[in-house]
Amino acid sequence: MSIDLTRYSTNDFFDEMLERPNRARTWSKQLVAHLRQMDDGELAARQASAELAIKEMGITFTVYNEQDGTIDRNWPFDIVPRIIPRQEWERVAAGLRQRVKALNLFIDDLYHEQRIVKEGVFPAEVLKQSKNFRPQCCGVNPPHRVWAHICGSDLVRDRDGTIYVLEDNLRVPSGVSYMLENRLVTKRVFPELFEDYAPLPVNDYPTRLYETLASLSPRKVKRPVVAVLTPGIYNSAYFEHAYLAQEMGAELVEGRDLFVDSDDKVYMRTISGPQRVDVIYRRIDDDFIDPEVFRPDSALGVSGLIRAWKAGNVGLANAPGAGVADDKVVYAFVPEIIKYYLNEAPGIPNVPTYRCMYPDEQKYVLDHLEELVVKPANESGGYGMLMGPTSTKAERETFTKLIRKDPRNYIGQPTLGISTVPTVVGRDLEPRHVDLRPFILSGRDTLVTAGGLTRVALRKGSLVVNSSQGGGSKDTWIVDMEDN
Amino acid sequence: MLSRVAENIYWMARCIERAENTARLVSVNANLLLDLPRGVQLDWEPLITIVGMNQPFRERYSEASERNVMRFLIGDQNNPNSILSSLRNARENCRTVRDIVPRSGWERLNELFLYAKDNVNSGLTKGGRYAYLTRIITGSQGISGLLSGTMARDEAYQFLRIGRNLERADMTTRIIDVRSTDLLPEETPESKAFDTIQWISVLNSLSAYQAYRRLVQVQVSRAEVLIFLFQNRLFPRAFNHCIDTVKDGLQPLKNSQQGVKVLADLKELVEATPVNTLRQTPLHDFIDRLQLEVINLHKVLEKSYFLPRLET
Repeated sequence: MSIDLTRYSTNDFFDEMLERPNRARTWSKQLVAHLRQMDDGELAARQASAELAIKEMGITFTVYNEQDGTIDRNWPFDIVPRIIPRQEWERVAAGLRQRVKALNLFIDDLYHEQRIVKEGVFPAEVLKQSKNFRPQCCGVNPPHRVWAHICGSDLVRDRDGTIYVLEDNLRVPSGVSYMLENRLVTKRVFPELFEDYAPLPVNDYPTRLYETLASLSPRKVKRPVVAVLTPGIYNSAYFEHAYLAQEMGAELVEGRDLFVDSDDKVYMRTISGPQRVDVIYRRIDDDFIDPEVFRPDSALGVSGLIRAWKAGNVGLANAPGAGVADDKVVYAFVPEIIKYYLNEAPGIPNVPTYRCMYPDEQKYVLDHLEELVVKPANESGGYGMLMGPTSTKAERETFTKLIRKDPRNYIGQPTLGISTVPTVVGRDLEPRHVDLRPFILSGRDTLVTAGGLTRVALRKGSLVVNSSQGGGSKDTWIVDMEDN
Repeated sequence: MLSRVAENIYWMARCIERAENTARLVSVNANLLLDLPRGVQLDWEPLITIVGMNQPFRERYSEASERNVMRFLIGDQNNPNSILSSLRNARENCRTVRDIVPRSGWERLNELFLYAKDNVNSGLTKGGRYAYLTRIITGSQGISGLLSGTMARDEAYQFLRIGRNLERADMTTRIIDVRSTDLLPEETPESKAFDTIQWISVLNSLSAYQAYRRLVQVQVSRAEVLIFLFQNRLFPRAFNHCIDTVKDGLQPLKNSQQGVKVLADLKELVEATPVNTLRQTPLHDFIDRLQLEVINLHKVLEKSYFLPRLET
């Protein structure tokens, strides 16, 4: 039986592939024609072959489980790519560059004069309560005055087709290795489609990342020593740490491999003695990075690292303290931040956000809990949220208490009707909700990946795309429409 | 190269080799069983002795039956040296050095571990055992070959060779140790014929039978087999060849003097000992000495190259 898209129901969401049942969007015509030619058995067989490839390639993520310790799971992947026309993407990419530029100026300002606070644009009490503001970083001047070198911003598309920024991840965003692997798997599964579409390549990312990191080197040498600092194999993103180190030809190190000597320089322990390290791409949170400055009980970090960084003897990406802008309350101020530093209007809008610290906005949130999504300021991975429309009365009561107790820590946002993409379910295609995480690199230059990681909520009706909670991913294609 | 990485590669190589050798051991014992004269019982306990796991085995099993020994050596997660545990350890070590080992090497190792894990029950049956063990052996050899064929001859590769050959040297002595014990105590014409079979089985467990025939070209006898397996310099699983290879890997590294000295002494010991004349007890004592030297060499490597152990 061939694939039947007449029964495909988009349910009033924006579907990235179909305008309405059985009607392809202009940029999806060839893909849809191709899928129609396939029989449902072949579709299922291709999905199975992709899953086998993932298993054999060992593309995994780790889920922490109280009972069994850690488990390695194969990366859930759906073979149907998500297509975005290039023209639209260029606008989004420009908006992302603008946003990250403004956020870096904001962070640098917070650790220096704090003009934005003094001039009353950004409230002092938000800064005062920020968990991720690190007073230890005040006065430090990282190279290029850039703090967030690697940023992953989450984008969603609402019912009317508008793309919004949902959040900015400025601490240790992950997922880029899956973006790269998804492309490799798709090439194995749908080679014939690449001739029709020629999606923009994504595989220059490791080279660009290396260049960005190398531009932070204190020693002006041709090939600075770059290391990826990982918490170790039990971290959920360990696969990615190893992958990026390998692709960049950098050393993958754990805290115990490094030490800071009395000259305030960082060295790694090698079989031929200590070797100087110039730049560290750290995938460990601030809290754990240096027991001398932050959590003294951390066994993951390196004693003296902050000392070496402040002395300008090592580049750290992202810079410690960059997470101050990775906060859902700060997020609500990003339009003001862009206006303040760049005197521009945001290229990509924020999702309307109600800040519980302001009484009138808090009242609105409490009155509309059933419609809103409520998020704590500093959690990631979809934890600690209230999904209004599917919540129970008891959950809403709990959140009412939480918000009243610590209003600064909560924001409310309308539940977006986020867009869908056809996804293989058994032998058929069904709509599943997606978001998109592009990655933005900032060093000497600023670069945005061509597309990013499309995450898909594999459970029917679910809006939660996190891999720890039943999410999977798709390849993302930026395609030139003139060529089609 | 990072000390931790050197250590992980070294252990990865040792664990892959250990899985392969354990599979050889089990496979040969099972074959030998089929050639036994009627009325003679083949004991499975020596296999446990070879891998030096008598105590942990006894803690978990009441008798050394074929079934228990198989389970312990192939799939028991509580035995750190079982085939499954060795492959898991190899994989975990490889996982932490995925940036060094060629990607296809990791993929093959991952695949072999998954095979070993998913098929362990069939590997424990009499009918499925042969196919299972063969797959482990050829799979391990495939990985070794792939790594040899794709890795640059840098320090990482030297640690791989050192680990693999040290493990191999160690296992060769263990196999000789246990299999040289006379199975049939009384001297009869029947036992004489079986003696040959027994030494053929020793050669087979090391894939050495064909090479022995080509290089030694004599009948299979205890004296000649012992000379071959300890002193031959050409056969890759002969002790002497293994330590030569370890030396080749070690010598170009910095700070290798102490290790090279241990290897030179070890080589002198192996070549100067008239192994063909050693009967049971002296042979066993000799093997003990070799094994202690292998452990000693490991300690030297640990001190010279690996991460300092955390004080706890």
